[in-house]
Amino acid sequence: MGLLRPSLPPGDQFGALAEFSSPAELYHACEGVRDAGYTKWDAHAPFPVHGLDRAMGLKASRLPWVSLVLAMGGALTGVGLQGWVSTMAYPLVISGKPFFSWPAFVPVTFELAVLGGALGAVFGMFAMNQLPTLYHPLFNSQAFERATDDGFFLSIESWDPKFDPNRTVELLRQLGATQVDLVAS
Amino acid sequence: MSGTQNESGAIGAKAGQTAGSSAGLADLDIDDPVDHRAPLILGAPTFHAITEAVARHLERKPTRGWWICFLASLSMLGLLGVSIAWLFWEGIGVWGLNNPVGWAFDITNFVFWVGIGHAGTLISAILFLFRQKWRTSINRSAEAMTIFAVMCALIFPGIHIGRPWVAYWMFPIPNQMGMWPQFRSPLMWDVFAVSIYGSVSALFWFVGLVPDLATIRDRSTGIRRKIFGALALGWRGSMRHWHHYEKAYLILAGLAAPLVLSVHSIVSMDFATSQLPGWHTTIFPPYFVAGAIFSGFAMVTTLMVITRKVFGMEHIVTMKHFDYMAKIMLLTGMMVGYAYSLEFFIAWFSGSAYELFTFKNRAFGPYAWAYWTMVSCNVLSPQLFWFKKVRGSLVWLFVLSIFINIGMWFERFVIIVTSLHRDFLPSSWFYFKPTLFDLTTMIGSFGLFFTMFCLFVRFLPIVATAEVKTVLPQAAAHPPVAPVIEFAENDSPTPGGRRLGLAPGEAV
Repeated sequence: MGLLRPSLPPGDQFGALAEFSSPAELYHACEGVRDAGYTKWDAHAPFPVHGLDRAMGLKASRLPWVSLVLAMGGALTGVGLQGWVSTMAYPLVISGKPFFSWPAFVPVTFELAVLGGALGAVFGMFAMNQLPTLYHPLFNSQAFERATDDGFFLSIESWDPKFDPNRTVELLRQLGATQVDLVAS
Repeated sequence: MSGTQNESGAIGAKAGQTAGSSAGLADLDIDDPVDHRAPLILGAPTFHAITEAVARHLERKPTRGWWICFLASLSMLGLLGVSIAWLFWEGIGVWGLNNPVGWAFDITNFVFWVGIGHAGTLISAILFLFRQKWRTSINRSAEAMTIFAVMCALIFPGIHIGRPWVAYWMFPIPNQMGMWPQFRSPLMWDVFAVSIYGSVSALFWFVGLVPDLATIRDRSTGIRRKIFGALALGWRGSMRHWHHYEKAYLILAGLAAPLVLSVHSIVSMDFATSQLPGWHTTIFPPYFVAGAIFSGFAMVTTLMVITRKVFGMEHIVTMKHFDYMAKIMLLTGMMVGYAYSLEFFIAWFSGSAYELFTFKNRAFGPYAWAYWTMVSCNVLSPQLFWFKKVRGSLVWLFVLSIFINIGMWFERFVIIVTSLHRDFLPSSWFYFKPTLFDLTTMIGSFGLFFTMFCLFVRFLPIVATAEVKTVLPQAAAHPPVAPVIEFAENDSPTPGGRRLGLAPGEAV
């Protein structure tokens, strides 16, 4: 866990890495691995394959809540700043309007809410994904370089309770992998 | 030029061999079997071919054409530096401003550049929410354009204030005078709207770039691999990451869509909340937003006509994309035309003598030349987009997009200067003429914009490759199967069949 350091299985083995020939093959393999009861595993693709999160059995992302909380924080900052400045720090009479003339405060409040929501979405996403993580054992695999180009991969990590070097590799082969390797940690 | 063609041919052949993984579907270069539309990306490229088409340009030495564009832009940027330095040294008097025309080129350029940016956000956010898949080919460069345009825009409020060293007074920062900004002023809203717009656009752009930076990282070696590796934050295409990433992208799009509408609405309120005839009108927010999208799409068209040609991306940014953009320009052009005519109607209908005078003066007064330049560029010239031939001709698209850019610059000039130059007191009447430094500052801002764009096309992936890959037919986990539609003898064909030119009874 933590910045720049991936959460990795203990020991000298990271797990198994299997390559599939197409998004459809990867989709079916993910369904197979999910149904076999694995929990610590991942799929890798150069683009978000539509529906693959469901094939992997991933739960809905909680990111919207992070974004919502920060957006509300932004809005409160906007109301608080403008209200405090206009009523306490530097009250000015403008066109005989009340000091807390809230309709005039709507634009800045809205903009700060958007800023908070956007910061929450971006940095919340990076935090949930534990990024930046500049080193990862998978980067040692030559074939894995294609995961950002045209390769479709499935990795099962060695700390999964069901992981077994022989049986996991065999399962991945049965699911149609074109290539299965064990990756060192 | 012939060298480039050979090269792309060779890469195409290589790509065909290496990416045999999806070759089974590569013959899907027919129309989309579901709705019979032409494919978005031509030539049925493999995933790898898309990567190659985008990445090879930033992995080779820049061409002579790039150097010419870059150095020309850079010298224009130098002109901006000299103009601003002279402005700071000498004061606002180097511009042609005077009472009552206190705003002219400075705020014209500001509104023009903010408007240019809006098409980028429209393409990246609003078209994303509407599930318009064609946006994937142009969204990256349009978003880059947004950021550079906002940079250009932010210069002008910063330098036109007379005492630029106290520009920080615009921000709510505690200071020794115990003074705070006046939050009831739309100029204050503007500070927040435009700076937050720039920040959110930059965040959106960076999030979109991360997977593509990883693609470049994995193709390169040495120092480039380290730089792109750091920028890509260790992205490894993990589906668990994509899961949160797609949600973040959706939220950003959902936030950026109302943001972009609010930004130009607030810019328009700089004018609309004042008491000045010609500015004091409720139609300004929607009118400014439509104009912003109009001018932004014109700028995207100008840039993409050149970029796709120079970088050989005719199969990714296709004529279909230009066709769609031309239709948006036609629509938004008619919206601004409607706003122009409605302003005249309201000037008459309101019964206000000052309002009516302002608009008569706008069309027939000393600035009539600017007004009719605006009308012919913004209202008349886009009408040519009704013709399919015009929408399908790069020359016409390019020329008309330049006209629209000119027209939209003049729109802001007309609104600002013609409303100001006839004060309530005739003894204050004034004819604004730009000085040399008005012109060099404007040209210089184009220099900043094009310098940034040249650096962008040189060093970063100019097409969102990860997103383009998702619209290829072989990207679907469940590829669509071409349905066999049979027609009864007297049945009229389905709309799709008619588009294909099928006779009744003929199978698709």
